[in-house]
Amino acid sequence: MSETKGNVVLHVADVHKRFGGLHALADIDLQVEEGQTHAIIGPNGAGKSTLLNVIIGKLAPSSGAVVFDGNVLTGRKPYEINQMGIARVFQTPEIFTDLSVLHNVMIPALARRDGAYKFNILRALERETGIRQEAEAMLEDVGMHSRRDMAAGSLSRGDKRRMELAMCLIQHPRLLLLDEPTAGMSRHDTNTTIELLKKIKSRGMTKVIIEHDMHVVFSLADKISVLAQGRIIADGTPDQVRGNPKVQEAYLGGAH
Amino acid sequence: MNIFYLPRRDAITLAVFALVVLTMPIWLVPFGAAYPGLMQKFAIFAIFAVGYNVLFGLTGYLSFGHAAFLGVGSYTAVWTFKLMTMNVIPAMIFAVIVSGLFALAIGFVSLRRSGIYFSILTLAFAQMCYNLAYSVLTPITNGETALQLTINDPRVLDLMFSERGAGLPSPSLLGQGMSGIEAFYVVAVVLLIAFYIAQKIFVSPFGMMLRAIKSNQTRMHYTGFNTRPYALTAFVISGMYAGLAGSLLAATDPLAGAERMQWTASGEVVLMTILGGVGTLIGPVIGAWLIKYFENIFSGFNDAMLHHTFSWLPQGAQDVVVAITSKFVGEGWQLSLGLIFVLVVVFLPGGVMEGIRRFSSIFRNRREPGPTGALKTSPAE
Ligand SMILES: Nc1ncnc2c1ncn2[C@@H]1O[C@H](COP(=O)(O)OP(=O)(O)OP(=O)(O)O)[C@@H](O)[C@H]1O
Ligand SMILES: [Mg+2]
Repeated sequence: MSETKGNVVLHVADVHKRFGGLHALADIDLQVEEGQTHAIIGPNGAGKSTLLNVIIGKLAPSSGAVVFDGNVLTGRKPYEINQMGIARVFQTPEIFTDLSVLHNVMIPALARRDGAYKFNILRALERETGIRQEAEAMLEDVGMHSRRDMAAGSLSRGDKRRMELAMCLIQHPRLLLLDEPTAGMSRHDTNTTIELLKKIKSRGMTKVIIEHDMHVVFSLADKISVLAQGRIIADGTPDQVRGNPKVQEAYLGGAH
Repeated sequence: MNIFYLPRRDAITLAVFALVVLTMPIWLVPFGAAYPGLMQKFAIFAIFAVGYNVLFGLTGYLSFGHAAFLGVGSYTAVWTFKLMTMNVIPAMIFAVIVSGLFALAIGFVSLRRSGIYFSILTLAFAQMCYNLAYSVLTPITNGETALQLTINDPRVLDLMFSERGAGLPSPSLLGQGMSGIEAFYVVAVVLLIAFYIAQKIFVSPFGMMLRAIKSNQTRMHYTGFNTRPYALTAFVISGMYAGLAGSLLAATDPLAGAERMQWTASGEVVLMTILGGVGTLIGPVIGAWLIKYFENIFSGFNDAMLHHTFSWLPQGAQDVVVAITSKFVGEGWQLSLGLIFVLVVVFLPGGVMEGIRRFSSIFRNRREPGPTGALKTSPAE
């Protein structure tokens, strides 16, 4: 209730996004504080993924701007936005299906070390022992070390998501965007993922998470924004949001 | 720390490959292909295909215009012979530089698109180069007649040290003429170096980035990579390989014609790569050898030879068989090539290399029977 404003890392300021006649995002104003986990919930088609797409530079907003750490993101290329410290897990995993799990995780680590472009042909990849060890440790963390030599495309849906999460985490991003990271996972895998996300929380990484699973939302989020038909209809702490009648009506009441 | 390092497996591949290439004059004898002219072509087109595969095999960008760089390499080499020296080293260096610049310009524009649009753009540029060479730029390319050496060429470097000879000079390396078996060995050594560099690219972080671009370009963007310069670098490298191959064509036969840049020549390197096995190092080499071999063998056949081959058939049947097969040899050898290509793509989409892999895995499974055979889906190695 008290506005103890921490350091705002991400500010989505007055963003509108129209797809033809569809007003997918209207008047979105969102502030995410350093180190917090900010959940975005809302019914299907509310505009949650569109919001992440605007933040990450995949879509340009029709108006408004996104500011990260004092820098305007709007108009920048996705790779520049990533290099500034924002990583994203997609709703449908974006992974390198025909490369091995280990290589999938080494590649983002190389992006962090070498930047957006480096013509590096002198040292063989297998001699990149530092990067390799880091990737193996990361895979250990997400419980996938034993599958490191498999082709990523042959993983189960849940494992693909976990691997994609590892690909993002190995970059040590300052801001991590997660679009339904536990969708398609068994209850057991969901719990492991929650534990993992809690562990990162203690490391101080800021996270924006979209999630349908209320169990996940309420066990992770510091703040929740509720999106319905492109508008934020409520935000606040989990308790505030849980008690909000508008939210009950738009989302929680109907679906759960 | 050691910049020449290759992983063990690749080092062995290189050693075996070197052995195979350098002993060509021996093992090609039973195939009737052990004469220098053909072996030079084997080595030169292997360079072309290996370089092409750095682009197509790793990044998945399918260029239909790489013959343009082959042609540029040849023209540059012949001009270097004419203006500077008959030594082949400067010709190779300039050819690589100039074709690299062409690739930079063409790649810069073409890589703004991907998929089929990229392919069409490269094809369009290559046809433009062909037309420029054929008609517009005749002062530089000598158009239809092809660019050739003449007795009165300036050759400034050569003529500083020696008198102008009576006859037409020929390309040389360290005083050694570039013809016959010696030329084959020179070209073979260049092939081995080019192959080694391609190996370095394949096992490097850079090579992994190119594979990742082929696998999922979107993920690359959201992982912080600027993919355009990666693809452009691969394009320029493959253009330089093509230019090098072009200069060697000129070194072994100092003549450069526009037909070298035609779209059929661009298509040929695509066929070589796919036939042998896209994305493998050895595959394109095998593809190049097979195509050059068949081109030579099939195009050399005539009706009389066919009658001889089928002389064991009764006269009537013999005429029919010869009438049919004659369409597939001589001038029509490309019909045979097309047929082989279709068969490979339909039955072995991974090319000859996939065939070899399948064959050797059958062999392995037979030797070590048991549960390992059933679980063969797990990773290679
Ligand atoms: N690129 C696009 N072009 C046109 N319409 C789009 C585009 N992307 C999203 N939309 C529309 O915008 C609306 C919001 O979509 P969005 O994917 O953001 O919803 P969501 O909240 O993520 O839903 P879900 O929970 O199903 O993932 C939907 O009506 C969708 O059809
Ligand atoms: Mg969504």
